[in-house]
Amino acid sequence: MTTYTVSEVQQERIAFRRKQTVRSVLVAAASTAVLGIVLVVAVTGAPGWDRVKDSFFDLATAREALPAVLRGLWLNVRLLVICTIGAMALGLAVAWARTLRGPVFFPVRALATGYTYGFRGMPLIIVLYLFTFGIPGLRLQGTPSVFWLGAAALIVTYAGYLAEVFRAGIESVHPSQVAAARSLGLTYRQTMRHVVLPQAVRRVAPPLLNDTVALQKDVGLVSLAGLVDGVRAAQIATAQTFNFTPYVLAGVLFVLMAAPLIAVTDWVTLRAARRQGSR
Amino acid sequence: MSDPVLSCRSVRKVFGSRVVLDGLDLDVAEHEVVALIGASGSGKSTLLRCVNLLEPVDDGSVRLDGEDITAPRVNPDLVRRRIGIVFQSYNLFPHLTVLKNVTLAPVRVHRRARADAESSAMALLTRVGLGDYAGAYPDRLSGGQQQRVAIVRALVNAPRLLLLDEVTSALDPELVGEVLAMIRDLKRDGMTMVLATHEMGFAREVADRVCFLDAGRILEQGPPASVLDDPRNPRTRQFLGRLAL
Repeated sequence: MTTYTVSEVQQERIAFRRKQTVRSVLVAAASTAVLGIVLVVAVTGAPGWDRVKDSFFDLATAREALPAVLRGLWLNVRLLVICTIGAMALGLAVAWARTLRGPVFFPVRALATGYTYGFRGMPLIIVLYLFTFGIPGLRLQGTPSVFWLGAAALIVTYAGYLAEVFRAGIESVHPSQVAAARSLGLTYRQTMRHVVLPQAVRRVAPPLLNDTVALQKDVGLVSLAGLVDGVRAAQIATAQTFNFTPYVLAGVLFVLMAAPLIAVTDWVTLRAARRQGSR
Repeated sequence: MSDPVLSCRSVRKVFGSRVVLDGLDLDVAEHEVVALIGASGSGKSTLLRCVNLLEPVDDGSVRLDGEDITAPRVNPDLVRRRIGIVFQSYNLFPHLTVLKNVTLAPVRVHRRARADAESSAMALLTRVGLGDYAGAYPDRLSGGQQQRVAIVRALVNAPRLLLLDEVTSALDPELVGEVLAMIRDLKRDGMTMVLATHEMGFAREVADRVCFLDAGRILEQGPPASVLDDPRNPRTRQFLGRLAL
């Protein structure tokens, strides 16, 4: 076999493309640098910059507040894990219930539909108040702690959204897939379980993860019921020092915590897009 | 002659105001291969879907081995276990490997042991030259390979009747051959088949009987040589004449 030699025209093309790439990298670097300088000059040159620097970006205050804020963040992390798992399971169950056919399941279907209407419409804060103040108010034996009640409020609210995401996924599976499964003798339920749901869940992975990123911030709302999450810890520290640095600290930590999740979401989305494109 | 495997009587199917099957009669004997030809919209696919109960008939009846499968109290899932269907667009399950596509029904519907189902699936896949692809996902296969997997998926359940709905229409000419060769083998094995097709040459070769459908009725039927070469009905002549162009 002879080795393939690239023609002259192709060599010229490659050289041209390389030059173009170098040029675009240089242009990008220059425009980024210019924007950066403008921003720095505008902010640090502002008349009130010295005051803002002291009250928002004070390292000593940040160091002092760090342990408390981290303790609060640990609560966020625990809640996030519990609520993500709970909301996905409940959401999938509700979406599944909405697809059930047959007259026997009418009440289940109606309940599931009502659920997605109700909890998507209801403000999360009100659900939290009802769960964390209302339920203990009943003075029942064995009422769970505020932590678990708050988690339950977040789960039922988010499950309403996730159920709709799952349902969109279920509806996106082409009817010919159902026809193929049914033609093999699979029952409706077997078709859902083995053919439709696996494809549906894969397809809606990106929006599901996106809702998880949103949940990551909303779990902090349990502080309304008296628990101390990352933001509330920062608020307490701010109230003690009259310095806003703890807020900035908490904000930075939240972004750092969300970054991996967002990166995973982007990666999954990209992979899904590629898979779809290759078909 | 023994009782027909499939017997359609006065089958009617309506979509909205459009009559797709207009009192159609068709009997298919055991080991017989019947080819349905006719223009798009003449009712070929709809007939196959009605036989497989994917579409309910609007009148008339369909019998499988003498049993009325369109009777009100029949469980369609039980009927479909005895009838295989292969679609124009393969409809393999993209999230399952080739082997899992084939074994899904034997394991879940026919309650066979997984190892047992897998060995018969592998035997069939190997026979059609796809043994090496058992672990691959459908999107790695060519159209012809996918369609052969779809046929194996229907065959593994040992159906009484195999319905083929324009199984080569989505394939480019190079890949048509491998699928047709497989159907030819099935005929040799004595599989009872009804196939809707636009491949007149193939209908001529493999079918025992050709039925020309027009506006939801069988206008003309008989051995391939008489229907395809010496059509009596002017509509048949017109249809075949257009194809020859």
